[in-house]
Amino acid sequence: MTVFDIKNFSVFYGPKEAVKSVSLKIKKNKVTAVIGPSGCGKSTFLRSLNRMNDFIPNLTTKGEIFFFKENIQKTNPVDLRRKIGMVFQRPNPFPKSIYKNIIWGPKINGYKCNWDELVETSLQKTGLWDEVKDRLNDSALNLSGGQQQRLCIARAIAMNPDVILMDEPCSALDPAATARIEDLIEELSQNYTILIVTHNMQQAARVSEETAFFYNGQLIEFGATKDLFTKPKEKRTEDYITGRFG
Amino acid sequence: MIFKNSLFKKSLSTLLALTGVLTLSITLFSIILLGKESWSFFQKVPLKDFLFGTHWAPLLEPKSFGVLPLLSGTFMIVILSISLALPLGLLTATFLSEFASPHWRKWLKPALEILAGIPTVVYGYFALTFITPLLKSIYPPTEIFNALSASIVVGIMILPMISSLCDDAFFDFPISLKEGALSLGATPFEFITQILYPASLSRIGAALVLAISRAIGETMAVTIAAGATPKITLNPFESIQTMTAYIVQVSLGDTPAGGIEYQTCFAVGALLFILTFFFNWIGHKIMTRWSWELS
Ligand SMILES: Nc1ncnc2c1ncn2[C@@H]1O[C@H](COP(=O)(O)OP(=O)(O)O)[C@@H](O)[C@H]1O
Ligand SMILES: [Mg+2]
Repeated sequence: MTVFDIKNFSVFYGPKEAVKSVSLKIKKNKVTAVIGPSGCGKSTFLRSLNRMNDFIPNLTTKGEIFFFKENIQKTNPVDLRRKIGMVFQRPNPFPKSIYKNIIWGPKINGYKCNWDELVETSLQKTGLWDEVKDRLNDSALNLSGGQQQRLCIARAIAMNPDVILMDEPCSALDPAATARIEDLIEELSQNYTILIVTHNMQQAARVSEETAFFYNGQLIEFGATKDLFTKPKEKRTEDYITGRFG
Repeated sequence: MIFKNSLFKKSLSTLLALTGVLTLSITLFSIILLGKESWSFFQKVPLKDFLFGTHWAPLLEPKSFGVLPLLSGTFMIVILSISLALPLGLLTATFLSEFASPHWRKWLKPALEILAGIPTVVYGYFALTFITPLLKSIYPPTEIFNALSASIVVGIMILPMISSLCDDAFFDFPISLKEGALSLGATPFEFITQILYPASLSRIGAALVLAISRAIGETMAVTIAAGATPKITLNPFESIQTMTAYIVQVSLGDTPAGGIEYQTCFAVGALLFILTFFFNWIGHKIMTRWSWELS
């Protein structure tokens, strides 16, 4: 089943084309990695999917993105973002308690549920529950970087999204914390569709089933991660994964 | 290197040290003077009568030294001007930091800061000749000298301080937290009221306390526009007198130095000093306690 159907999609910052006529389909409950050298448009592409780029002045787009057959330009962006969670490069918990970090999103969106239960299940799913269950009312800022990032994932999960977008979620973390997040991504992929931007090719190879390679705004190659890393079809893909540039 | 010459460096640091010592001595000297004159005042008037007396008439017979009417006048001005300036300042800062394009920002910020540069005397006459007549046309029983008119201009005077400090706070706010909020399906309004404001409480509080200090100490506008009638009232359309305005009244009058009338100035001044000091201390407490943490 296709979650995102992206058709000839381009993004312009003023006159500069940062994403160039990209077409691809993202499949449900898979982990798709987006790789490519810095500045090639990975973040811009990812942020188009939940319309986070709406907030950037002078940004225009061309082409269409369908989210479960719905054109995202024609949906209410707030509704869209409820169904598409996002995790950022640096952990960005709110300066509130751990508990409030989890329930804030569902609360403002008018969800009705048992908050204690929601907090527990969200933290369980990210493996944080045992670590923080005795200090739910402590500030989230007292957690370690890795815990903060897992809290941010828990916060996204609490909204019960279909998709989770992750933009280099481990780039600010140490190897141990990174390994935990990678394990978590694997677990979550059973229930969620995950797109992960990474500049770390080993990470892409470890966690994803499909990989999209971007270069200079263009989608160069897209396919099963195994194939892309072992027998790339494109010369530029091969150069990149063998470390000849980037 | 600019400071190549070590002699120049040495004399510069000596000069700086001297200015520091000078500032400190002036402050110390003022405190000692304030303390000494207040001390001899309180030899004649019991502290209790001063602090809790409800009648202030040191220049008339029979003399009476209850400072509460002046305190009430000062706090009326503070409360009214803050009620005007805090919401307006917050709104302005929110607009500047969250909605204004860089172009608007470039013009609005300096324009606001000009408000702070206008001499306070001008504000006083503006209140007396423009705002008071306006108030009178809306509500005829308004007195010529009244607390509301003065509060409005004091509010305008402290508005730039509040909006500028809050704007700095909001502008510094990490963009990543804003994106986090929006990515959870928040509207900009929800982000502003539920994340930005609570997280900025310490800095809003600091701005507020500084503004209160400023309003307490404000002198010219209240002397000109609020009148010289020490009284305890809740009616902002009446004439009142603030602590600062009383000090001006005595300083400008022909009260002989050394007499008890003259010494009242120092007693009121000492109270003013303690109040301002107290608010600054509170401000500091808020800043260290509340920073970013739980909200
Ligand atoms: N807000 C912006 N305004 C203008 N140009 C931008 C903006 N954000 C990114 N770009 C440009 O768009 C290109 C793609 O950026 P980005 O999507 O962040 O790349 P990546 O995430 O792959 O490193 C880069 O050349 C970058 O300089
Ligand atoms: Mg990026």
